[in-house]
Parts: sequence; structure tokens; C-alpha cells
Amino acid sequence: MNIHEYQAKELLDKFGVANSPGGVASTPEEAEKVARLLATNNLVVKAQIHSGGRGKGTFTNGFQGGVHLCKTANQVRDIAEQMLGQTLVTHQTGPQGRVVRKVLVSKSVEIARELYFAILIDRATSAPVIVASTEGGMDIESVAAHSPEKIVHLAVDPLLSLLPYQTRKLAKLLGIASSEMRLACKLFASLYKLFLRCDCSMLEVNPLVVTKGGEVLALDAKFNFDDNALFRHPEIIAYRDIEEEDPREVAASKFNLSYIGLDGDIACLVNGAGLAMATMDIIKHHGGNPANFLDVGGGATEQQVTEAFKILVSDKRVKAILVNIFGGIMKCDIIAQGIINAVKTVNLPVPLVVRLEGTNVEAGRKLLADSGLPLIAATDIADAAKKVVAAANAAGDRDE
Amino acid sequence: MSYTQDACAPGISHFAFRISHSTFSKKMAILVNRHTRLLVQGITGKAGGFHARQCMEYGTNVVAGVTPARGGEMFDEKIPVFDTVLEARRQAGCNATMIFVPGEFAADSIMEAVDAGIEVVICITEGIPVLDMMRVRAGMKGSSSRLIGPNCPGIITPGQCKIGIMPGYIHKPGKVGVVSRSGTLTYEAVWQLTSRGYGQSTCVGIGGDPINGTSHLDVVKMFNEDPDTEAIIMIGEIGGTAEEEAAAWFGIHGNKPAAAFIAGTTAPPGRRMGHAGAIVSGGKGTAAGKIEALQAAGIEVAATPADMADALVRRMTRN
Repeated sequence: MNIHEYQAKELLDKFGVANSPGGVASTPEEAEKVARLLATNNLVVKAQIHSGGRGKGTFTNGFQGGVHLCKTANQVRDIAEQMLGQTLVTHQTGPQGRVVRKVLVSKSVEIARELYFAILIDRATSAPVIVASTEGGMDIESVAAHSPEKIVHLAVDPLLSLLPYQTRKLAKLLGIASSEMRLACKLFASLYKLFLRCDCSMLEVNPLVVTKGGEVLALDAKFNFDDNALFRHPEIIAYRDIEEEDPREVAASKFNLSYIGLDGDIACLVNGAGLAMATMDIIKHHGGNPANFLDVGGGATEQQVTEAFKILVSDKRVKAILVNIFGGIMKCDIIAQGIINAVKTVNLPVPLVVRLEGTNVEAGRKLLADSGLPLIAATDIADAAKKVVAAANAAGDRDE
Repeated sequence: MSYTQDACAPGISHFAFRISHSTFSKKMAILVNRHTRLLVQGITGKAGGFHARQCMEYGTNVVAGVTPARGGEMFDEKIPVFDTVLEARRQAGCNATMIFVPGEFAADSIMEAVDAGIEVVICITEGIPVLDMMRVRAGMKGSSSRLIGPNCPGIITPGQCKIGIMPGYIHKPGKVGVVSRSGTLTYEAVWQLTSRGYGQSTCVGIGGDPINGTSHLDVVKMFNEDPDTEAIIMIGEIGGTAEEEAAAWFGIHGNKPAAAFIAGTTAPPGRRMGHAGAIVSGGKGTAAGKIEALQAAGIEVAATPADMADALVRRMTRN
């Protein structure tokens, strides 16, 4: 689950992580008000969307840049007016861009040094690791590629947690001056506490800055939260912005369907994440292009299959659908009946290939054959992939 | 030879402690067999009860259930239910447990089983917070219990013992060891093997979470040493480096033919593909990287999921 920069700022404030003062605004007047309260002529206005690359982005109304420096509260108001309600396109949003509903107005800082700091879970050791670098303010992946020696890894013992001496060690490794050490250590410790308390899967501060005035601040923080832990974080769930999510993924999650939209034209519906990924892979192998990942889970009830079909056909690019179910506990005849009823309810506009295997498979196949519906039956996974690719190739564009 | 904790000793039902197994049992397959005495944690729940029955139907020796505050009840009029794992251990002599407890409480259930000395702990639960599993791993250091999962379908030694949610009938006793992060994709591989006449020694589902109890490497080592396993299939997916680690070890020490399939070649980077652990992050954990490592170790990699059993057959006939 992603959150906005201004929400990340709320979390930072809550955990005492020093950052640049500021406030969120939904109207130009609010933006002006925040700017006046900051009482400074070094201001920055940032469009709030779940995406990187905002500074270099362009609005569809022609306005350039999702991040602007300003000198006065009036300027802040004018900039906010140009941004709010408009669509910002960055290299991460895709060409359709995202609507900006809020802006963050902050005090801009005089940066002396930019560092990189992140906390993640190292799967190999099953423990947290701090990844930090003197090369902040840039893409960490390029640093890893060109100067890996500039990245430090600090393992944290899950039972001991981050010890104060470790924060001092890290400060030294990052070349932080003795006079700034206490502030830096406090920042590191507070970020680690936030990571644990909020059940983050990843926390990234880039840049973590030392200002000319000797302050140590988290200037931009990104968080990923462990979906498995959200049940114990209603305060994080409250940050969810549905408008920023793919509407198909939102619809899918309502019915416990695990769905990820891709950009191909062959939709799939599978039970089990591994089998779902493998189904996408074999479609590609046979020359097709998967439109989505969809794991219907252990249940595959008629309602889920119906809702899944609705979501799949709502994507106008979809030219054919493949259902690939390995029925273990779920019996194939029950699944077959569910598919038949779902097809009758949704009235599919595209060819449907069904491959069933597992418990009661013969009964399931017979039901499909006798249904009178134009389903294409497949025997094994390769047969299914070939048939659905052929069906998609034969289909023209949908003209609804 | 390293000591591998398992639930294969014949044991005697009313003793609390495991009897030294080396002189008694002929080691057959790995981790579980006909001597396994199974506890089901969460037996009174819908999923726990249903799967306990399915395992019993297969022939697994289910000896007890645990649901706190339901001690004293009888499940299906034949299985005693206890409040705690320790009581179940002492009174029913269980040496393995299958955990069907919701994600919020499952880490605690795992630690309870470990604390009671249960040799093999199989956690089916999906949705355990990652930091909880991190703490479980740290808390298990020094314990001789083996944790399988979480978020896994379980383990089956065909013809002897089924612990988990896999459909028993697709399996057949034999000599191929299967280790996988997936559920239905594993059944696909097993079905292909069985259809071609190749039975399985043991199938181990290690689960789809980023932090788990047993890795591909752990199981590959066990299969390598198991006289009853003559070939190995490894099924993996994007995310993490478990397959690469197993491949690196196997390239040096492997003593039997192996094949593999990696799911997720077409998965977009940065997205969690269903399983919590199935994510390519920062360029790491790609399918391509895993496939390269496996091939370098002399493991035959199936090009598609339709080719998994055939890949192993090719590798076996090459020897």
C-alpha cells in the first residue's frame, strides 16, 4: 500500500523524525495560508500524487513541473491554482497521468549534503538491514551499478533492535560531522522505530539532508507497508487513497481476488499465485500477451468467478479469456457449474478457453461440453495456451 | 552427517520424548512418513477441521487437536482436543503439527509448538505479518524443530502421510522429490509426473512468504541424502535468492538428477504477484537470474509449466 508524501510527513512528525516544516492544502487559499504560517520566503510547493518524477512532469493543461520553488505566499497560491484539479503526467504515471487533489507547501532548505537511507528486510538473513549511502538525491540503483562501494549495509539484530552505537557507527560511515552526530543518530533511531511500529516492508529516505545550518532532516520519505499487517494498523489503512489505485484492482480486492493489470489482450483466471504466474508465462511463450494476473485463491466460488469475469471484460483490450483451474479440494464439477453460471450472467463478448484438471475432472468437462455455451475446452496447460492465443489472434478489435 | 529433525521415528505413543530413531526406523523419504503422529492446531475451526478429516482419510495418523479453551472435547468423536500443545505432546505423543490458525495469531502458535518440542511444524496460514515471522526465526535459533511454511500447502509422503491441503489422489509413491514455493503449480508438476509413471518420495511445499522456516536449499540437502529419492524437482518463482542459493550448493554437492521451473518470467517488476514473497525489487529476484543459476548448476530448467516432468525425464535419461 502506498501513501502520499504529506501522509508520510505526518508519520515522520508522529515519530519525531526531523523533517522540513510544512502543511497540506486542497485549495489555493489553504496553500496561501500554510505559506503565511511558515513565515519564510523559501518555499516549495509539491503536487501530491503516488508517483516519482513529479519535478520533471508536465500537466495536461500545459503547466510544467509538479514541484516549484516560491518566494511569497501569493506565489504559492498562484502555483497551487495551476496544479490543483489538474492532471500531472510523469515518467512513472503512464500517459494518462494522475489528478492532483492536494499540494504540500513546505519550507525549502539549504542543502549542504544529500545522503541516502533505507531500511528493509533482508530475506537471506530474515532480519532488518539498513542500506545507506553518501550519494543521496539520486537513483540508488545507478549508485549500486556504478559505485557499489559507496553503499553501506548495516545488519540489525531483530531481538536487540538498532542499538545506539550502531547509529553512531553509521553516522561515521556517512561522514557526518561530530557536531551533527547527535541529530543524525536521533533521526536513524526514530526511523527504525517507525519501521517496526508501522510494520513497514520498506522505508526509504532520499535525500536525507544535512543543511547548511547543521540540521539533519528527512527531506523525502517513501514507505511500503506489509499488507499482511494492515489488520493491526487502522491508522495506515485510513491513509489509503482509492483514487490513486487501478479501479480494476480495487474492484478485485472487494471479492478477495488477487488481480494485477498488465497491458496485453489475453485475460487469465487461475487458482493459485504460482500457477497464475506460470499461466501468464506460457501464454507469452506461445506468442500471446497476458492482460492480467488473477489468482482466484482456494475458493473459486461462483460469485468470485462472476465478478472476475466482469473485471476482465471491463478491459476493452481483452480479446480472449483463459480459465486455468487445478481443482484440489475444489471439485471440477462445482467449478464448471460456477463458470457456466457466470458466463450466462456476464454474457461474455470474447472467446473463453477453459482448462480444468483435478478432482472430478471428467464430470466437470462433461458439464462444460453439455452446457451449450461456446466455450473452448483444453486438456493440458500447453493446449490451453495455444488455443487462447489462436482465439485472440482471430478476434478483431472489440467495438463497444 | 548432520542431524535432521523429522517426525519419522516409530516412537511409543505415551512417552513425552522422542526415542533415538537411528537404530529403530529405516529412513524412508524425508520429514514425514507412516510413523508421523500429527497434531492439528486450530482443529475446531472450519478449515482446520475439514483438512484434518481429509488427512485422516488419506491415512495420516492424526492423534490430537489443539484449540485454546476447547480442551476436553473430542473431534469427530475420535480425536482428543487439548488447550495447549504441551498437553497434546505429553498425552498424545505428537511429533508433527499442522497449523490452521489465523494470521493474527499464527506466529504465537508456531512458537508454542516449537516450545513444546514438536519436531516438524507445518504452518498452512497465509497472511502472517512479515515482522512476526522475523521474530519467529530469531526466536527459533538453537531449536531443533523444523518449521515448514508459512503460507504453504504442506508436505506429503505419498502412500504414507499427508499433512496439508494438497489433493492426495494425484500423488503416487515413488522416487522423485519435489520442493516448491507454490500450491497448485506443484499439483500440476506432480500430476505430470504421476501421469508419466514417476511417483514421488516426498513433496514439500515451502510456501510463498518472503520469510519462512525452510528453504529450497534445506530440502534439496535432505533429498540429496535420502536413499529413497533418486531425482529432484525444484519449483520456484520470482523474488528473493533462495533458488540461486540452492543451485549454487547443488552444483557442487548434488548427487542425483534435478530439474526446475521458475514462474514469473512475465511478471512486471516491483509488483507483489499474489504471494507476499513473489516480488522483483531493485532488480533482484528475477526469473532470468534464477534460471541462469540453475542451469549453471547442471539443473534442467523447464521452458514452460507444461514441460516440468519432461524436463526431469530428459535430465534423468542423460545420466
